[in-house]
Amino acid sequence: MTIDSVPKPVAGASGFIDDRLGAGNFLRRNLRKVFPDHWSFLLGEIALYSFVILLLTGTFLTFWFKPSMGHVVYDGSYEPLKGVLMSEAYASSLHISFEVRGGLLMRQIHHWAALLFIGGMMVHMLRVFFTGAYRKPRELNWIIGVLLLTLALAEGLTGYSLPDDLLSGAGLRITQGVAISLPLVGSYVSFFLFGGEYPGEDVISRFYTLHILLIPGILLALISAHMILMWVQKHTQMPGKGRTNENVVGGPFYPSFMIKAGAYFLFTFGTLAGLGAFAQINPIWLFGPYTPADISAGSQPDFYMGFLEGALRIMPAWEINFLGYTLPLSVIIPALVPMGIIMTGLALYPFLEQWVTGDRREHHIADRPRNNPHRTSIGFAAITFYGILWLLGANDEIAANFHLSLFQITWVGRFAIFLGPALAYMITYRTCLGLQRKDAEVLSHGVESGVIKRLPHGEFIEIHVPPAEDIAAHMRGKEPVPMIAAGPDDGGIPPKDLRNPIGRLRAKMSQAYGGEKIPVEDGHGHDGHDGHELGQGEDHAAVGSGGDNRSISH
Amino acid sequence: MTDNNDDIERPDERVPKRVIGTPSAAVETTLLGEQEKVEEVAVPGVKMPDPQQARRAERIAAFCFLITFLSAIGFIASYVAFQVHTLDATQISNLSLGGTLALALLSLATGLVVWVRGVMPKYSLVQERHPMASDAPTKDYVSETFIQGANESGITKHPLLRRTLLLAAAPLGLLPLVLLKDLGPLPETKLRHTVWDPKINGGKQLRLVVEGTGEPIRAADFNSPGGLLSVVPEGYEHDLTALAKATVILLNLRPEELKSGINRNWMHNGIVAYSKICTHVGCPAALYEQTTHHILCPCHQSTFDATDGARVIFGPAARPLPQLPLGVDSEGYLIAKGDFPVPVGPSFWERGDAEAEVRNQGGHA
Amino acid sequence: MGTGISVNRITARRRHPLARYAVLLLALGLVGGAYTTFVLPQTQSADAAVASGKADDVTEGAKLFAAHCSSCHGLQAQGTENGPTLVGVGAASVDFQVSSGRMPAANPGPQVPRKPPADWVTPDKIRQLSAYVQSLGGGPTVPGKEQVDPALGDPAKGGELFRANCISCHNWVGAGGALTQGKYAPNLNQSTPEQIYEAMITGPQAMPVFNDSTITPEQKRDMIAYIVGVREQTDPGGFGLGRIGPVTEGLVAWIVGLSALALAAIWITAKKRQANHD
Repeated sequence: MTIDSVPKPVAGASGFIDDRLGAGNFLRRNLRKVFPDHWSFLLGEIALYSFVILLLTGTFLTFWFKPSMGHVVYDGSYEPLKGVLMSEAYASSLHISFEVRGGLLMRQIHHWAALLFIGGMMVHMLRVFFTGAYRKPRELNWIIGVLLLTLALAEGLTGYSLPDDLLSGAGLRITQGVAISLPLVGSYVSFFLFGGEYPGEDVISRFYTLHILLIPGILLALISAHMILMWVQKHTQMPGKGRTNENVVGGPFYPSFMIKAGAYFLFTFGTLAGLGAFAQINPIWLFGPYTPADISAGSQPDFYMGFLEGALRIMPAWEINFLGYTLPLSVIIPALVPMGIIMTGLALYPFLEQWVTGDRREHHIADRPRNNPHRTSIGFAAITFYGILWLLGANDEIAANFHLSLFQITWVGRFAIFLGPALAYMITYRTCLGLQRKDAEVLSHGVESGVIKRLPHGEFIEIHVPPAEDIAAHMRGKEPVPMIAAGPDDGGIPPKDLRNPIGRLRAKMSQAYGGEKIPVEDGHGHDGHDGHELGQGEDHAAVGSGGDNRSISH
Repeated sequence: MTDNNDDIERPDERVPKRVIGTPSAAVETTLLGEQEKVEEVAVPGVKMPDPQQARRAERIAAFCFLITFLSAIGFIASYVAFQVHTLDATQISNLSLGGTLALALLSLATGLVVWVRGVMPKYSLVQERHPMASDAPTKDYVSETFIQGANESGITKHPLLRRTLLLAAAPLGLLPLVLLKDLGPLPETKLRHTVWDPKINGGKQLRLVVEGTGEPIRAADFNSPGGLLSVVPEGYEHDLTALAKATVILLNLRPEELKSGINRNWMHNGIVAYSKICTHVGCPAALYEQTTHHILCPCHQSTFDATDGARVIFGPAARPLPQLPLGVDSEGYLIAKGDFPVPVGPSFWERGDAEAEVRNQGGHA
Repeated sequence: MGTGISVNRITARRRHPLARYAVLLLALGLVGGAYTTFVLPQTQSADAAVASGKADDVTEGAKLFAAHCSSCHGLQAQGTENGPTLVGVGAASVDFQVSSGRMPAANPGPQVPRKPPADWVTPDKIRQLSAYVQSLGGGPTVPGKEQVDPALGDPAKGGELFRANCISCHNWVGAGGALTQGKYAPNLNQSTPEQIYEAMITGPQAMPVFNDSTITPEQKRDMIAYIVGVREQTDPGGFGLGRIGPVTEGLVAWIVGLSALALAAIWITAKKRQANHD
């Protein structure tokens, strides 16, 4: 049975809306909007859906949570804390956990969702970085992404502190220790943030407002902008047969992509519910109420703050005193420098790359990471830098569980933070070239078929067959990394703007960064920058069968 | 930044490809979706799934949806059936609520994916992309309109208007900052004193009391070498803001182990009190090894030598933990004879080298 | 004290590989000596009858000592290069070390770990050995059953003391943590109430001493009630993930959460691969 006309209820409602909003025009343009299919394109949705779940579960938690640092004597149902003096915030968090049905589940889902929100952003960002999907025209959306990540860290920090337990208090104490160390304004920042001396009685209610209103509001606005830009600019696509810089190949938004996206939301929510049901997170009742006088061994921040924690741990004790003022470098450097390197580096990368390569074209075909080896190596060096700091944020757990010397781990870390990224860069670079070579070989010699043939003169050979068409197209989608023409012209004079020192540096960097390291020579008349087999000119729409890249040529 | 477009650009790529007879993109483009051509070739390329496979997929999807239905009912039943209030009851409630919710959502998701993959036809659409940039006529139109509007406003012709407007805007930006002033008091010298200072207690030298019980400590009772206690000032046991600076650890050291960094005048029978607040970022440094006399901060592993005036021997802290001047009152209880000689806790800009100042005045920091 | 090593010689040979054992030795010797001086009168008067034990316990204990302990601690428990003097360490120390399997020690290392007790170790033998060591110079005695009964303690009060004095090494739930130079504060999962009590009054290895005059026996019992209660309690939120906080939680978020969702994404977008023949 098929549907011949729009069912009455739908037609009626849509008519009502269309009369008032002109929704029909919008739908005509967008119902069949094409979304390229690749699993890695869904990673950002983890963050998006986690955010939705954070809003839902967070709202539930606010119904009981009391953001107050006023003292109460606990009289709830958790026996080992009965009669203990604690803040109302902590008592109400215990109340949510033990006296509200589903309260513990919502708390746990909320916390797991926070971890997946930031984790999802990170993997999404890495995908965009390694495929070069931040290039023109998407630089603005990339910067919005960097802002989102920064804000998400702030959102995590403020939320983590709210239950006012002994663990979150340690995080708050470190935050204050960092704030007060800032040159010139440190003690004022700290006094204004905490309403006086640490911890005071204001910080929980202030963080609460930031956590449930201000930061999520900005996040929501930026996420909307992020989505609208993605929609307007259309998604990038992986290289492949029939895919060019001027088209987008994939499934339609309605119905298949819509349902897939819905299913992915449910997968995200279901995974979080499963984690909330089976994996205990942030058991605040075990930590006890906060007091600045106590701390536990193994006090750690949530994973996304681990890199800052690690930086603080491996820093040597540097402090400068001059003219009666103090500059605590052992706090300022680890608190600001790694974060600064990572966030500024991320924000500037599209523009730096553009400057080095001189490439101002629009890019809608994603790079395979191997095909831009320097970018990929920079990415892996950054991951290693971040990863080493993150790992060292848990150096005490490593020492305790593997019975290693705490100081030795720290010393290893102090060297590894410089050597590790360099090593990662070199290994990644070699690996990329190796993979490129393998691609070139597959295209020129084919793949092993598994069929052994005996030649008349007795020699055995394995028959090589050409790779599957879609795979070959995927490989052939390679484009040399652009570079600026720095060579001297006929008169032996280099271009004007490359004559000064910066220009010469730029030319050198461009020579190193760009170019074709391993050319693909497959005897098919490799057409460097596009695949003009279809999708050109008027021949713009086509439907094929089966895989998305074997569309119309047969 | 220099413009090197010509070096790498292939000229034909910047020409927007437009189908003859369709309206200019500039006219039709709106924010949410420029005029896109979605004229899929109808059924011929579309590969409908094999009817048998489709029926099988339908059955699997339907099964998934049924599981979702039952799980959702199970969720409601769990809510009604399982109370909370004890740890075991909470565990059962959490497992059943979370388990049914996860099952309901995951099986709904699975059903949807089976539906899409097994029942719907597979095909790819190809849509054109257009450069994001507007075409030349549009750009011209915008800049013309802008200039026209600017001229209409008269902002260039009337400098008084322009200047007073700027003047008016300047203080407006400051207003929110002014309002924030009352977020907190000014630091003044608050960071330099703790509640151990007899001056703020009417000249009374405070007793040291055990954290957690609030009992004062007789010096004669804290007599085991290798002993450790976390200690707070009497009367401030529950004042967290006071404790954030005033908490100390009390150690019992053997006289022969003491080194030059420690101030023996502020000890009593081998008992010494150091600030528990780490000089790095303020975590309570209370991890004490009685064999090595190391005091370790569990946050960032700053390590201090208790026998040498809590000198830093490892980690990011730059200064020793300040020593509290100890004494005993007439009843034999431990008291603080005065405040710490230097500010406790993390460094801050106005702190300066307080240790050197104390030394210069002949004191012991 | 009978360690045979003077402070001067240690200073001179600080960098010698054996130096840290010598320091450990000296420190333990000093603990013992200190107990003899300060604690002995009280504890002896408090529990002398139980502690010194019957005469035959002491005799049997002496034989056990000669067989299992004297190679390191000396025939008269005076201490040697390999082990501190046990004069004055008290029955509590022996009971703690032997019942937790730490003594007799297997290998030298930064820390003597808990392990299953040796085959010859039985409660009777421990009692005899403790009686012998107690007879050498007194010291803290083994606590009575009631003194360590978690059921008689107040866990809420004990929790406050536990958080003030213990968790900076042993963690909120007694999961343990790192110390310097490869040492660690052990987890308290297997510690019996007696052992927890004995550890507090004797200060084994790097652990500080919490004597009975500043933390009373009742307060120690409250702490035991808290430790035992919390470690036995259900994890209402599911698997406890080692109860060590955000480190394992972060690992689960990546290894379980994000991996599962990446797999889901692969399934949703997977194409049925077709061979090259269509």
